Amino acid sequence: MAAKRTVEVALGTAGLDEQGRPQRAPVTVREDGAVTTLAPPPALEPALELEGQHMLINIGPQHPATHGVLRLVLELDGETVVRCIPHIGYLHCGFEKIGEYRTYNQIIPWTDREDYLNSIGNNCAFSLGAERLFGIEITPRCTVLRVIAMELSRIISHLVWLGTTCIDIGAFTPFLWAFEQRERVYELLERWVGARLTTTATRVGGMAADIPLGWMDQLAHFVKTFPKTIDEIDRVLTTNGIWVGRTVGLGVMSPDEAVNYGLSGPMLRASGVAYDVRRDFPYLDYETYDFEVPVGIHGDVYDRYLVRMEELRQSTRILAQAITRLPDGPVDTADHRVVLPRKSKAMSDMESMIHHFKQVMEGPRPPIGECYVPVESPKGEKGYYFVSDGTAKPVRWRIRPPSFLNLSAISKMVEGHLLSDVIAINASIDIVMGEIDR
Amino acid sequence: MSGAFTPVIPGSADASLPSPTTLKQVPLSGGPANPSAAALGTQFGPVVKRVEVVRGETTVYVEGAKLLDVVQWLHDDPGQRYDYLSDVTAVEYRDPERALQVVWHLRSLPRRRFLRLKVEIATGAPLEVPSVWSVYRGADWLERECYDMFGIRFAGHPDLRRILMWEQYREGFPLRKDFPLRGRFSRSEQLRQALSVNPEARYSMEELSVVQAFEDLPADMRQRLLRGERTGE
Repeated sequence: MAAKRTVEVALGTAGLDEQGRPQRAPVTVREDGAVTTLAPPPALEPALELEGQHMLINIGPQHPATHGVLRLVLELDGETVVRCIPHIGYLHCGFEKIGEYRTYNQIIPWTDREDYLNSIGNNCAFSLGAERLFGIEITPRCTVLRVIAMELSRIISHLVWLGTTCIDIGAFTPFLWAFEQRERVYELLERWVGARLTTTATRVGGMAADIPLGWMDQLAHFVKTFPKTIDEIDRVLTTNGIWVGRTVGLGVMSPDEAVNYGLSGPMLRASGVAYDVRRDFPYLDYETYDFEVPVGIHGDVYDRYLVRMEELRQSTRILAQAITRLPDGPVDTADHRVVLPRKSKAMSDMESMIHHFKQVMEGPRPPIGECYVPVESPKGEKGYYFVSDGTAKPVRWRIRPPSFLNLSAISKMVEGHLLSDVIAINASIDIVMGEIDR
Repeated sequence: MSGAFTPVIPGSADASLPSPTTLKQVPLSGGPANPSAAALGTQFGPVVKRVEVVRGETTVYVEGAKLLDVVQWLHDDPGQRYDYLSDVTAVEYRDPERALQVVWHLRSLPRRRFLRLKVEIATGAPLEVPSVWSVYRGADWLERECYDMFGIRFAGHPDLRRILMWEQYREGFPLRKDFPLRGRFSRSEQLRQALSVNPEARYSMEELSVVQAFEDLPADMRQRLLRGERTGE
C-alpha cells in the first residue's frame, strides 16, 4: 500500500493518530495555574461485546443530507453500519423512453434536466454523440466554445459539491464562498444562452447562439479572479482538524475495487487510477490542451476532496488556454442535413422554406447505425449510446450515468463505519438524483 | 496551494501506447477493427457469430450461452485486460420481428480499447442471458436496471429485482416497444394504486427479515416471511 500521508493539522489538535484521525490532547490546569498536557487516554478495549438488537434506520427520501430523493435503509449495530440497502427511483421520469418519441434536437432539453448541475455539459455531450451518428464535423470555433462550456459546467458542479459537502460536515463559510463563485458562472451562462440552469445550449451540428460581444473579457476576468477563492477554501479546509477528522480514512476504495465496481471520475481517480476520458479517449481536441489529471492515493473521502479541488484549478487552466485560441468563423456546421437555412432565405426562397419546414416538422434523419460517445462529466464517464434505424427518432437513446455506478458502491463503502460517517461518504460520491433515476 | 497534495499522473494506461487523439471523419462502416475481435475469433471459434465495425466501434455478436466465458476471458487474458465494464443495456427495434439485443460495453483501461459485445435474443425465445456480476461488481445495478426496464433475466445475478420502478410495480417493462409512452393505466387508476399501497410495503421483505424486530411486524407480513416469500418478483 502507498506511503502514510502526513497532513498538517492547523486547528489545535496534536496531529493524526495511526488510524489517521486527529488526536485530542487533553489539557489540565493545575491548582497553581500551570498547564500540563497529558498523553491521550488509551483506547477502549473493543473486546467487550454488548448484547443488543440490530436496529433498522431509514434515511431519506426526504432528508437534506441525501442530496435529493435517495433513500438508504441502514441496519445498525449500536452506531455502526452493518448493512446498507439503497433505494432509488423516486425521480424516475423515463427520459430514455421519451427520447424514443422525439427527434434529436428535441431531446436536448431533456439532457438539461438529467444531471442538472452539468446541464450545458450534457448538451455538449449529447450533440457530440448525435454528430458522430450523423457523421458531421463541427467547426473549430464550435469546438472551442464547447470546451469552454464543458469546463464552466465542471466548475459549477464541483462548487455545488464542495458547498453542500461542507454543509453536511458542518462547515458553513466555504458554502457561501463556493456559491458566490457559482453565481458568477451562472451570470456568464445567462448572458450566453439566456438561461441559468436549463441551458439547452447546443444543437446537432453547432450551438444555439454564438457568444455575445464582450463575453470573453468577462470570462477572462472570471478565470483570473476565481483561483483566489479556491485558495481561500483550500486554506480553510485542507488542514482543518475537523475537516480532516471527518473525512480521512472513510469509504476507502482500493484501485482494483474501484475499477471493478465501475466507478469513474473523481471517485475513481481518488483511488489512484488515472482514467480521464478527456485524456484516454479524447474528444473536442482535448489532447491539445495542457492540463493534468490529479489522482489520489488512498481512495477515501479526503482524497476525493483533494482531487476535486485540483480539478477546479485544472479546469481554470483549460479555460485560460481556450480563451487565447478561440478562432473566428462560423459556429454552425455547413451541413444542410441538420442546420436550418437562414431565416431571411426561408422567408424569400421556396426551396429554403420547404427545407426549413421539413427540418422542423420531421427532423433530420441519421443513417442506420449506432455509436457510443463518452465524455468526462464532473461526475465521471458519461456516455450517450444511440441506435438509429434511419428514421428521425432514435430507436434507443441510452444514458450511461456515472453517478448511478458511483452510488452502487455505497453499500460497500459505508459498511463498518459510523452512522455520522454515512453522511460524509454519501456526500463524497457527488450524486445527482436526476441523473441516477433519469 | 498546500503542500499536502501534488498532482501526479501514474501510468494506468500502458506507456508504450501512442497518445490518443480526437477521432475525426469517422466512416459509417468499415475501418480498422479492434484487434480483440480477431483474438476472440481464434479463441472461441463458432461462439463469435459476426463482427461489425460501425462508426469506428467494433461490435462482436456472441452466442448467449457462452457470454460469461467470453467476458471472463476478455477480463483475465493478459493480452486483452478488459477490466472496466462501462455499460449493460438492451436494444429493442421497432420491427417486432427483429431480435432483441443485449449490449455490453467493455473498456480496457490499460490498453485504451473499447469493445461492444452483443447477444441477440430471437423473438419468442426466453429473455435470459448470463450475468457478468461474478466478473464485474459494477454489473449489479446495471443488470438490475436492464431487468427492470426490459424484463431480461440475468442468470446468476445475486439480487435481481426492480431498481427504478418500485417492487410492487406490475405494469410490465417500460422500455419495451409494446409499452405505451403514458403507461398502461389511466392517471386516476395510477393514482388510486399509489394511494392504496400498504405503508409497510415501503420496506422490502428482505430488509424486514434482517431486523430482529420480527415480532413487531404485522401478522400477515410475518406469515409471508415465514413462507419464504422475498422481494417483489
